[in-house]
Amino acid sequence: MTASIIGTSVRRKEDHRFITGQGRYTDDINRPGQAHAYFLRSPHAHAKIKSIDTAAAKAAKGVVGIFTGADIAADKLGPLTCGWMVTSKDGSPMKMGAHPVLAGDRVRYVGDHIAIVIAETHAQAKDAAELIAVDYEELPAVVDPAHAADAGAAQLHPEAPRNTIYQWELGNKPETEAAFKKAATKVSLNLTNNRLIPNAMEPRAAIGEYDDGTGGYTLYVTSQNPHVARLVISAFIGLAPEHKLRVVAPDVGGGFGSKIFIYAEEVVCTWAAKKVKRPVKWAAERSESFLSDAHGRDHITHAELALDADARILGLHVKTTANLGAYMSTFSSSVPTYLYGTLLSGQYNIPAIHVEVDAVYTNTAPVDAYRGAGRPEATFVIERIVEEAARQLKLDPVEFRRKNFVRTFPHQTPVIMAYDIGDYDASLDAAMKLANAKDFPARRAEAKARGKLRGLGYSTYIEACGLAPSAAVGSLGAGVGLWESAEVRVTPTGSVEVFTGAHSHGQGHETTFAQVVAGRLGIPLENVEIIHGDTNSVQFGMGTYGSRAAVGLTAVSRALDKIEAKAKKIAAHVLEASAADIVFENGEFKVAGTDRKLAFHEVALNAYVAHKFPTSEIEPGLKEGAFHDPTNFTFPAGCHICEVEIDPETGVTKVVNFTAVDDFGNVINPMVVEGQVHGGVAQGIGQALLEHGVYDKESGQLITGSYMDYTMPRADDLPTYKLGFTVTPCPSNPLGMKGCGEAGAIASPAAVINAVTDALGVKEFDMPATPQRVWATINRNRAAAE
Amino acid sequence: MYQFQYFRPKSLDEARKLYENNGDAKFLAGGQTLIPTLKQRLAQPTALIDLGGIAMSGIKVAGGVVTIGAGTKHFDVASSADVKGAIPALSHLASHIGDPAVRHMGTLGGSIANNDPAADYPAAVLGLGATIKTTSRTISADDFFTGMFETALEEGEIITEVSFPVPEKAAYMKFPNPASRYAMVGVFVAKTKGGVRVAVTGAASSVFRESAMEAALTKSFTPDAVAGIKVSPGNMNSDLHGTAEYRAHLVTVMAKRAVATIA
Ligand SMILES: Cc1cc2nc3c(=O)[nH]c(=O)nc-3n(C[C@H](O)[C@H](O)[C@H](O)COP(=O)(O)OP(=O)(O)OC[C@H]3O[C@@H](n4cnc5c(N)ncnc54)[C@H](O)[C@@H]3O)c2cc1C
Repeated sequence: MTASIIGTSVRRKEDHRFITGQGRYTDDINRPGQAHAYFLRSPHAHAKIKSIDTAAAKAAKGVVGIFTGADIAADKLGPLTCGWMVTSKDGSPMKMGAHPVLAGDRVRYVGDHIAIVIAETHAQAKDAAELIAVDYEELPAVVDPAHAADAGAAQLHPEAPRNTIYQWELGNKPETEAAFKKAATKVSLNLTNNRLIPNAMEPRAAIGEYDDGTGGYTLYVTSQNPHVARLVISAFIGLAPEHKLRVVAPDVGGGFGSKIFIYAEEVVCTWAAKKVKRPVKWAAERSESFLSDAHGRDHITHAELALDADARILGLHVKTTANLGAYMSTFSSSVPTYLYGTLLSGQYNIPAIHVEVDAVYTNTAPVDAYRGAGRPEATFVIERIVEEAARQLKLDPVEFRRKNFVRTFPHQTPVIMAYDIGDYDASLDAAMKLANAKDFPARRAEAKARGKLRGLGYSTYIEACGLAPSAAVGSLGAGVGLWESAEVRVTPTGSVEVFTGAHSHGQGHETTFAQVVAGRLGIPLENVEIIHGDTNSVQFGMGTYGSRAAVGLTAVSRALDKIEAKAKKIAAHVLEASAADIVFENGEFKVAGTDRKLAFHEVALNAYVAHKFPTSEIEPGLKEGAFHDPTNFTFPAGCHICEVEIDPETGVTKVVNFTAVDDFGNVINPMVVEGQVHGGVAQGIGQALLEHGVYDKESGQLITGSYMDYTMPRADDLPTYKLGFTVTPCPSNPLGMKGCGEAGAIASPAAVINAVTDALGVKEFDMPATPQRVWATINRNRAAAE
Repeated sequence: MYQFQYFRPKSLDEARKLYENNGDAKFLAGGQTLIPTLKQRLAQPTALIDLGGIAMSGIKVAGGVVTIGAGTKHFDVASSADVKGAIPALSHLASHIGDPAVRHMGTLGGSIANNDPAADYPAAVLGLGATIKTTSRTISADDFFTGMFETALEEGEIITEVSFPVPEKAAYMKFPNPASRYAMVGVFVAKTKGGVRVAVTGAASSVFRESAMEAALTKSFTPDAVAGIKVSPGNMNSDLHGTAEYRAHLVTVMAKRAVATIA
């Protein structure tokens, strides 16, 4: 009965605890004797620290300890680091400035961490922090990536002259130049990909603890990847040997990438716990999240497309400046390079591509992966310029896309990726039908009669998930492998515990992973427990990001292969048959062609009782593990169509229709997948119309430091989505899955801005399309026409 | 938050005495402005005097006047059948303040005492020519709002109720700030016994009356009468969400749309 549970929308097992307030997040955990930490942060975008006087603060009521960069240096604690080496076109390695966990003699962005103040209560820690006297010498700051490399711009790190971290390229420059030489038409476009601030529902938090008896540390932390945190804190920062550090990521309330990274606060709390001989807890206030969580995107791009006389794409050249902020965060270098340049071919046959990316330091919060990470930026470039090419050639944007679609697989792009499978016409057709695209002209005319402007925009996107074959990412500079591990433990009563390295922080793994196990073993869903998030119980794991749960699920699936193989051997002994004659169906081990059989739980019991098989040949017990390394990226693709209506009098843009048809391969739980699409599209529409992290160009202060100024999408900003799926099963994993967590955020911004520019009849439009900007554009155009 | 003492008096008299005897005390109503200010450590009062224990809320309609106690929550004004019947524009305005949680806590008195340049209520108070009653006097709306976050209230003076004369007709049109949802521009238009009044909030440092529009609407109470009036951006606010020019333009659009709903 349960074999069909895979592919069904079973309710999420974890939701009972979440919606009844019984989730257990880091800040819900209180350790005996714990003290509370507050971090003193820089109020300046760029300054020298001449001196820090903590005497008055140390004497304040309730203070347990105060530590600064000098204490960190005295203990020789290493800096935070970026784990992906990117090499410049001239062959030189990227130029990384040090990122101390507490500032040394310089602060480089508003919010940079200077001191930890530990007190009996959080309020006392805050009170004491106000008594710390820091003597700053303010320095000029640069926040605009367009000017970071200018001669005379403020310099952040001595290691990186002109604030330039790397000048990277990918693709084939001479071939691309040749393509432009023979082009019949050239299309060029300037694009900005606006800075976003992640805003997970749960702010970051950490509790560090030291056990003097065992010499071991424990860190409870809001992390998407506790094992990676342990590895980095141990091997790079040198806080403790790996086996003496336990990292627990309990329930985590959303991450969107921002909780992948290793942050100063969690390191310092853990280190300080030994100093003050008490557990040390820190939880960010929302204002701290705005200032100090790694931000996302922030690209400036110039793109050019070369076309032949028949409107076929000949070449693409892309030049991007990526703002990485004041320090290089954990994976920041990879985002505007290998996660970006490699996707610029989109769904199209493009014979020649050349992409150049300059990464720069600025006096802003570090920028790293945020839902989609590089792929939304790539999709925005290719889908905007393809739309613009069609408009310039006066062709239907759909026909133009179809003319250039990849239709034979596998397809090797000029930018590393080898697409394994897909059907781009199928998702485009399905989306057009759902969106009723053919009647759009009538809807536009009707809107015009009401004085409104309608526009329609497409985004036929592709992205790469799974992250990824370890050797492949290693050759591209990754410091780690990106496999995933699983251990399946069958109890003597036949229930199953699955230990996975794929942490769940909203994705619903406790349900979808259990579906795969229950479906495979033919046991009830309730009999499967998914365990994740604690380095003491889970063997190892690379964590959850990059829509890579499929990698974790495949590891589970491989462990289940081993379970089945061993269970068959045991069943053969019990049933006194040959192992070759045992078949496993619907949760029963049967001797083929007879009515002799054992239920799964009976085999489990026999495995542990171990009376009926020779233990010299078969070990007792039923527990297997697997480390799965994917053989390729997976390539979710699809089509998003956005229809907007603009009120020209106020500039207000409303998304009136939004259609997303995605090919995620086989889907384990359609409801969960739809939820991922809903959230992703909300973030994509948020980026296109609402969200913008803005620093003051003069002072370097974060202007959008709260919800008073940072526009988070709300339910009434969003339409009711029309969703659909098409399926081409992924050939590189046994379950045929591709990943679905980021596609919504990757595909949708281009669809929205294509619709906005269609409505306004303009070529370029910077995100976010706020009422003020849309009105100003309409006004400008009107003035120009008059 | 810094430490402070907390008092919950039962009467206005007691509240006044507490205020006088505490160095830097502040009155607390719904806390929807004051508490966030304290949490961000932008204010450091020595004491909070919670007005919630004093009977100061309720809605009365009599003699062509709607009288609303200072402690009345936005939700109660938004959902009151009496207000909806007498001045539907006022309940409509209250229903667009913040979110449900804010509307269930925030009060009329707190809103106008605070006089946030982007608050909604000041537009209704000025637009309807309301009268503000306090512990020591009554103040006309035209004299009450004196500047950005400034009012005619004296130290320790408590607003007890606000009386809104029922107009012939009135409408409020709000253009919310996309992020905060406060008014980026809000225009309250009323045809009252004393003439047409147009009050604008959100656009400048404090709520103000737009006399050119009042004159035009007195001649002809139609959307077209105001559609052509260009408001000077000179005194308008300018920020990330809207330049002064944009705000000035929105004043005209919101005024026109407000009139259109009742003309
Ligand atoms: C998320 C959010 C969204 C909001 N959105 C909006 C919006 O869209 N539009 C809008 O207009 N407002 C908005 N507000 C503000 C809200 O309306 C507040 O309720 C209001 O500004 C203050 O009222 P309060 O009762 O909460 O006063 P409090 O915060 O308790 O007090 C505010 C000030 O008024 C003083 N005070 C209070 N009562 C009296 C009195 N009777 N006499 C004299 N002084 C007094 C206090 O001492 C204090 O200085 C929002 C608030 C929040 C938190």
